[in-house]
Amino acid sequence: MAKKIDYNRRPMPKQEPFERVRNFDEVALGYTEDLAVEEASRCLACKKSFCKEGCPVAVDIPGFIQCIVDRDFAGGIKKIKETNALPAVCGRVCPQEDQCEKVCVLGKKGSPVAIGRLERFLADWEAASGETETPDILPSTGKKIAIVGSGPAGVTVANDLVLLGHDITMFEALHDAGGVLTYGIPEFRLPKAIVRREVEYVESLGVKLRLDYIVGKTKTIDRILTEFDAVFVGAGAGLPWFMEIPGENLNGVYSANEYLTRCNLMKGFRFPAYDTPIKRPSYVAVLGGGNVAMDSARTALRLGADEAHIVYRRSRTELPARLEEVENAEEEGVIFDFLTQPMRLIGNESGWLTEMECLKMELGEPDSSGRRRPVPIEGSEFRMKTDAVVCSIGNSPNPLIPLTTPGLEVGRKGNIVVDEATGKTSRDAIWAGGDVVTGAATVISAMGAGRNAARDIHEFLSGNGSNA
Amino acid sequence: MYEIVERRMIVPNLHEFTVKAPEIAESVQAGNFIIVRPDEVGERTPLSVADWDCDAGTITSIFMQVGGSTAKLARLEPGGDIPTCAGPLGKETEIRDDFGTVLCIGGCYGIGSIYPVARALKEAGNKVVSLLEARSSYLLYWQDKLEEVSDRVIELTRDGTAGYKGHITRLGEILTLEKIKPDLIIVNGCTFLMMRASKMTESLGIKTIVNMNPIMIDGTGMCGVCRLTVAGKMKFACVDGPDFDGHEIDWEEFLKRRQTYNPEEVHPLRKSGCASHF
Repeated sequence: MAKKIDYNRRPMPKQEPFERVRNFDEVALGYTEDLAVEEASRCLACKKSFCKEGCPVAVDIPGFIQCIVDRDFAGGIKKIKETNALPAVCGRVCPQEDQCEKVCVLGKKGSPVAIGRLERFLADWEAASGETETPDILPSTGKKIAIVGSGPAGVTVANDLVLLGHDITMFEALHDAGGVLTYGIPEFRLPKAIVRREVEYVESLGVKLRLDYIVGKTKTIDRILTEFDAVFVGAGAGLPWFMEIPGENLNGVYSANEYLTRCNLMKGFRFPAYDTPIKRPSYVAVLGGGNVAMDSARTALRLGADEAHIVYRRSRTELPARLEEVENAEEEGVIFDFLTQPMRLIGNESGWLTEMECLKMELGEPDSSGRRRPVPIEGSEFRMKTDAVVCSIGNSPNPLIPLTTPGLEVGRKGNIVVDEATGKTSRDAIWAGGDVVTGAATVISAMGAGRNAARDIHEFLSGNGSNA
Repeated sequence: MYEIVERRMIVPNLHEFTVKAPEIAESVQAGNFIIVRPDEVGERTPLSVADWDCDAGTITSIFMQVGGSTAKLARLEPGGDIPTCAGPLGKETEIRDDFGTVLCIGGCYGIGSIYPVARALKEAGNKVVSLLEARSSYLLYWQDKLEEVSDRVIELTRDGTAGYKGHITRLGEILTLEKIKPDLIIVNGCTFLMMRASKMTESLGIKTIVNMNPIMIDGTGMCGVCRLTVAGKMKFACVDGPDFDGHEIDWEEFLKRRQTYNPEEVHPLRKSGCASHF
């Protein structure tokens, strides 16, 4: 008997906006077991699983969903971990609506299955159960691989290669592992305890972690290669971009990297219990429209701002941020100033930001990106009161490895050039992936790049692959 | 964890700090800095490197106690340890064998960090004159070490208790009196010393390199807080520097940016019960 199709996605419980805007605790609370089973039961178990094809790391989505339907949660998490070392992270921060959920057949007439929420449910269920499923590890190959950076790309490579029996050391420049998951994404969207748990999981598989180790500076890649058979570079984000408008070096002007690092990695929101200070300005303007911009504006509100603005030169439809994050920001009272282009920042005599001059825009013809180009409206200049600007328009790849590795081919924007399918760089025995290759992108795309590189590194160490 | 080998107050409020970090000791060069955290809730604090010992695997820095984090560092004892010591960071100071005569100016913690610069310049075959600047003679240190690597050491104190009396604004006059014609000047120390020295040498037409010390967080080219304007362009001290041409820096902007967190920096001191001093 054909089952009745249920088009309605189960909502995930969240902290109420008026409450959550005053704390740094996680906004989304996750499905209960019953909600997860109800949601999983909506899956049509299609013969051809488009969802799995839509996942950059090809998680067996129908497989784990069936486990949830059967209430075999241990089996479900084991299925995910066959291909994904970071389920609690991916379930929270992947843009599922553009990947697995986008191609879900249910989405044609109703809401797609909430694949991300179900993935998160299983990961959290495992954490709460206190028992961790560990996949089988192949016998030691005796090959040593160095991984530069412990963010999503690095952790994925470490996970994949350690399972194949290789000896893995992951080098992290900062004092805490996780890369952007730790310094960039705020606590209220991705609790750091979860990142720590996932890093500890790969450590439990035998991966060695060296903190405070800046490959390129503490030791160059060439010196690393005297001790290791291969290197994967997942060094992540580099220098922030600014608008290149007057006044960007005024006090009170931050890059999103600085603003979020102060708050997340350094725990500035807990100053003075933690030593690193962060300002608590009243009128904050965040420039940009991506997820990082949403994170910054929502952080500003939690730090006590009267007003947090997102200043974006296009309109709501063009916002690059995930819809879920935009809605969360709206619910919390972030003010969106669309079609607004900052022109200059104005300060007082002591060098502190006081105002921002902007220009109103209107949408014109589509540009090369297919989005309608914002065109200035003449004479529409206006000033807004602001005592903090957070510039959130992206960043270049981290420059340390390119600067210190001779012969490594680097692109015009400072990105490491790789073969797209394998992540292989122009240098023997060196692979790269994630933001250091693509510039700022998503967690899951970095993980996908790590997955491909791991496969090729393994081939190489087994005597095949790009280097052979 | 990184073991503290030495931490002692070398002159009032300046501390000599030696930490065991063999891999950094192997890679470090004059002009580099390290980032340390005194404890698990501490700030990432950049310190200019003043010396190192590859055999012992140690790095030495001189730091001034200013705010909460440096106060914590100043309370560390030999045998203890710190959770973070990362580096070497920043580009090294450019050392060539054909500079000719180089004047190395050090003040405050910079007397320490100019020492490996003078040593490297001397080893490369340049003539090295070191000028040590302090408020008073009791704030000078490492004169013996600098004597060893310099052709001449000149002292300058504001109260005249050692060497010349006055401030760095006397530089032109001192050069004439000492009959020195430097081909290059390198300055390490507090912002005012570097700024005033640069303004002096600009009128003298002598190329001047300064080792900048902005606020930093990661120190690895990620956060962008250490930005400054050099020759009209935005530069990042942690990866483009910290050495820059002193004549090209927007000093006024730099000074203001340095003061961003002054109120927070003294917060722990205000809480210490000595608030009436502020």
